[in-house]
Amino acid sequence: MMKKYIIYISVGLLLSIANAQDETIDKALNHDLELDIELENRYFLEARAFDGQKRYYPSLALRPKYTVEWKDGDHSLNVEGFVRFDRDGERTHFDFREFYYHKIKGNWELSIGLKKVFWGVTESNHLVDIINQTDAIESFDGEEKLGQPMVQFSIYTNWGTFDLFYLPFHRKRTLPGSIGRFRFPVIIKADEVLYESASKEWHQDLALRYANSINSVDLGLSYFYGTGREPFVQFDDQSGIMALYPVIHQFGLELQITNNAFMWKLESIYRSNALQKFVGLNTGFEYTISNIKSSGVDIGLILEYLYDDRGDLAFNALQNDCFMGSRIAFNDMQDTSILLGVISDLEKSSKIIGIEASRRLGSTMKLELEGRLFTSIAENEVFLSNFKKDSFLGLTLIKYF
Amino acid sequence: MKNVLFTVVLSLALYTVSQAQDRGLEIAQAAEKADLGFKSSASNLKMVLKNKNGQVSERALEVRTLELVEDGDKSLIIFSSPKDVKGTSTLTFTHKNGPDDQWLYLPSIKRVKRISSNNKSGPFVGSEFAYEDLSSQEVEKYTYKFLREENNYLVVEQYPVDPKSGYTRRVVTYNKDAGYRIETIAFYDRKNALLKTLTYSGYKLYKNNFWRAAKLNMVNHQSKKETVLEFLNYDFDVNLTDDDFTQNALRRN
Repeated sequence: MMKKYIIYISVGLLLSIANAQDETIDKALNHDLELDIELENRYFLEARAFDGQKRYYPSLALRPKYTVEWKDGDHSLNVEGFVRFDRDGERTHFDFREFYYHKIKGNWELSIGLKKVFWGVTESNHLVDIINQTDAIESFDGEEKLGQPMVQFSIYTNWGTFDLFYLPFHRKRTLPGSIGRFRFPVIIKADEVLYESASKEWHQDLALRYANSINSVDLGLSYFYGTGREPFVQFDDQSGIMALYPVIHQFGLELQITNNAFMWKLESIYRSNALQKFVGLNTGFEYTISNIKSSGVDIGLILEYLYDDRGDLAFNALQNDCFMGSRIAFNDMQDTSILLGVISDLEKSSKIIGIEASRRLGSTMKLELEGRLFTSIAENEVFLSNFKKDSFLGLTLIKYF
Repeated sequence: MKNVLFTVVLSLALYTVSQAQDRGLEIAQAAEKADLGFKSSASNLKMVLKNKNGQVSERALEVRTLELVEDGDKSLIIFSSPKDVKGTSTLTFTHKNGPDDQWLYLPSIKRVKRISSNNKSGPFVGSEFAYEDLSSQEVEKYTYKFLREENNYLVVEQYPVDPKSGYTRRVVTYNKDAGYRIETIAFYDRKNALLKTLTYSGYKLYKNNFWRAAKLNMVNHQSKKETVLEFLNYDFDVNLTDDDFTQNALRRN
């Protein structure tokens, strides 16, 4: 907990420095306050694998957001809090997703504080995306992220966009507690994961990204040096699990070519550290059949191949897999949409079936359905076999204030 | 003799056709010329969607446009309601020839996604406006045929160049006494049946030069649904530049 306070204090200091530069803050302050309340119900289809685990996990999350802008929006302070209450004490947690000062001037901008940044083009996995730590207890798809302390400088030129990140503090991946689902046989306490660097979470990290869009091509090249977001994990029959955050170099490539109804996508990384060097690849396409028979309905077909040459040392299950999915957008008044997909292991029998659907109710509510089904999980799946009893269906009602 | 007569009739017919084409194109060019030089603008909009049972759903959005002469305009659309889509925004680079470039920003995961602009005929946010109805109206995107002149109104039939358009033709009524502003558009579907009618109203002259309607009413005659697009304001003094139409700018809102 102490470390969290350190983050907030440093953010506060950074903000006061940033504010001090603007001696006269215009009276024209533009405030915006919002709150989302999410009522989540997750029902697990199979009996527990470990003592204490439940079948039904009701849960409540609050997402307050506050933005204040001044000088015509050239300066702003952006705050997004997040708190969840859950049956699993570890999943009950609080975070500032964002808490940053933002300044825009002509073709450049500066952000100081906790922020979320996304990199990538593919749908089934986000290999290149590395700035933020994953809030892994939030969702299985890894798309929920923790706020990352940073100074980000971004400049837009005729040759593309250059981003420079200074990341002074590492945040540990959240992990479930003993009564939570998606746990390992041995409970890894998030705080007990070790660091390779002697400076621990204070290893000073750097990242660079170059992005450009030329006609139908979108390109992103990135480099990250610092403490990895993914723990290096070794599953051991005797001592259980050894986990540590290594210091890594990661080179990333994102490429998308949009050609009429086809979007060709490729993401690849090369990551190296003292213990391992590996290549990861995620490539495929999305093809959209739009406005079928003038009904307004769009059906997207997604096919992606996933590769990772770490083998059993990977902290994920996507070493040589294929993702097939379909995105259906009804384009109706309620924005109804469905995403269905299956990740199939090309060497083993394992399959993960996913469904995500959402529909707006009235004008200030939304209903979301999420499901993950783990089927035919192979016995020799080192990572995935832990979750073979964690198939679930979740229904979330969100109210926006 | 028969042949000569036939040739004369045919060439007269062809002459009339090409004349009608020329006049139609001239009117579209005149309309484009009359609107040249606005440089940039910003507007707040309210969109009211009505289904055939009279149920209503509202959207609030902001549209920023940057005028480009060499190529099509750039535009940024930012949604502020309904609240579940607040902050969702799109950036479009219209091109006079070839497909437009379009990016979508999803605020919940901070992701900018390049999206296909292939879907011209599909509905814009569940409304009766198709994407192609709202995209920058470049002269090059249609071929033309002048139909008739009624008082100060000029009626021109327009045929979309893009085979992916949802229309066989549009019948556009221009007002030649008011900067060739558009008064109505009738849309005919792929089977050449009347699909929709768009009526512009509440026109005001801005900067002594640019006619802008306060209300666009789109009625779908086949589904009996209706969408009203209300422009709550027009700001021609925003002085937007290329820097305001980048993927970074898309993320800011």
